[in-house]
Amino acid sequence: MNRHPWLTLFWGLVLTIGAVLTLMPFVWMILTSLQPAATTLSIPTSWFPRSLNWVNYLNIWRAAPFAQYCLNSLLVTLTTTLGQLLTSILAAFALTHLRFYGRRLLFGLLLILMLIPGELLIIPNFITLAQLHWINTYAALIVPWLASVLMVITLHQAFLSQPKTLYYAARLDGASDWQYLWHILVPTNWPVITAVTLLQVIGSWNAFMWPLIVTNDDARRTLPVGLMAFTTEQGTNYPLLMAATVCVIFPLILLYLALQKYLVSNILSSHSKG
Amino acid sequence: MLNAKPTWKSTLKTLLYLAPLLLITAVFTIWPLLNAFLMSVYTKYNYFTDHVGAIGWNNFAYLWHDPLFHLACRNTLLLALVATPLTVALSLLIAYGLNRIHHLARFFRTIYFLPFVTSTIAVGLVWNWIFRLDGGLLNRILGWFGYSAIDWLNDPHYALAALMVVCVWQGLGFNILLFLASLNHIDQRYTAAARLDGANAWQRFTNVTWPLLLPMTILIIVNTALTNFKVFDQVYALFHGSAGPGNADLTLLYYLYQKFYVENQYAVAAASGVIFFLLIGGVTLLTYGYFRHRRRQMGGRL
Repeated sequence: MNRHPWLTLFWGLVLTIGAVLTLMPFVWMILTSLQPAATTLSIPTSWFPRSLNWVNYLNIWRAAPFAQYCLNSLLVTLTTTLGQLLTSILAAFALTHLRFYGRRLLFGLLLILMLIPGELLIIPNFITLAQLHWINTYAALIVPWLASVLMVITLHQAFLSQPKTLYYAARLDGASDWQYLWHILVPTNWPVITAVTLLQVIGSWNAFMWPLIVTNDDARRTLPVGLMAFTTEQGTNYPLLMAATVCVIFPLILLYLALQKYLVSNILSSHSKG
Repeated sequence: MLNAKPTWKSTLKTLLYLAPLLLITAVFTIWPLLNAFLMSVYTKYNYFTDHVGAIGWNNFAYLWHDPLFHLACRNTLLLALVATPLTVALSLLIAYGLNRIHHLARFFRTIYFLPFVTSTIAVGLVWNWIFRLDGGLLNRILGWFGYSAIDWLNDPHYALAALMVVCVWQGLGFNILLFLASLNHIDQRYTAAARLDGANAWQRFTNVTWPLLLPMTILIIVNTALTNFKVFDQVYALFHGSAGPGNADLTLLYYLYQKFYVENQYAVAAASGVIFFLLIGGVTLLTYGYFRHRRRQMGGRL
């Protein structure tokens, strides 16, 4: 197919402008984070830092219980993601491979629950946790999120496309359901599992409203909530604040860059019927 | 064993696999779901003792007369009505471009997806700094072109526009990926045939590509509208824990948060949650219904 050179130039221009605008906040964040933060106004006037002030990146660890926020975020992200993987893999396997009464009923219920906005559940869940005396505990940050209907549905689709003959062959060879699940089904569906894991890590790491509501001191705050607390305490010390936002944003960007092929191919394949 | 009908024994065994999910879902999804609706009609409610004094429609009456709730509804609808078409149109433009070029398409795709993995709170704080009156990036750029600085975040006329910019910026990446998936699935022979028939690029897009994209577009419109109805983090970060000047950026979820967490009016907050739920349910059904109607009108063309 012959393409018009002007058309290629036009699209190249459109895409470049879009990419510059997309990257603009990231660039501005990094540039500001390297500005000196010593002035009283703390609003840098120059565009580029005259020298690279890496000291902001050291100071954020002193200015706020930043290490504690990081630790909390890591702990909450890891446990919720692993917990969700476990509950979802078990449930998706049961729904696709095991025989039981009420399978269609349960699947229908899950499909309905997937449409419920989680924000509707925040108040009653908060009350449940208050009655359990769980407010400001790790349990409050983790336990309500140990099940994800969306993850069950995604894994259900993947497990369903696995040829059943493989399952029957394994069973005839004497493998139990449990062995088949962990030795064959999970390893062969590794790309999907990586993708849902990454999506969940992104969701947990960036979650804000729930941690904001159920935590009330630095010992339990996660990074996004801690970042807001940091903002109120530090006022408008932008260089320091931007150094902190870099530390919140970049771990996920690196993870995404490393694993993006799984994520992208999962999104592309799960929506290609659309 | 294989291909057998379910038995009570196999059901019992399966329950072991389902138990963790069922337990968590029952306690933290199904029970609160029922509670969310029940709470909205509690009028004298002590949440700690779980004692309900009376039930009635007072909470909804309160919302009906609360000007702040009206403002929240207005802001949310305005945000969704402006940001949704903008996000969808821009992401279609970029996805179409990515589909046209061969070099660097993967590189651009990676860049466009970055906002999706970025913490809304963290980048909201960056946007706060970009929109700042003195020293903010946007006003510096305006200064180049000789415009006077605008106080984006403290002027009620601009505060909602600033929020819209943030929402569009963050909403593009995922939509671009969905449009790309759809575009890659369109058979090249359709456009090639149209080209042979003498259709120019614009005609090929409007008569061939666009109708084939329509089902995905509907999905994306609904998805984006729902995201824009649920805006909360952006407001919180942009205005450092307030709803903007004169509540200019008070969204429905922010109203719910304020009634619930700041003012401790749990039942009123729950009622606003129910309205929020009905609103997004209604919008979803209306959008699907409208496009199904359109599709039927277009008849054989789809």
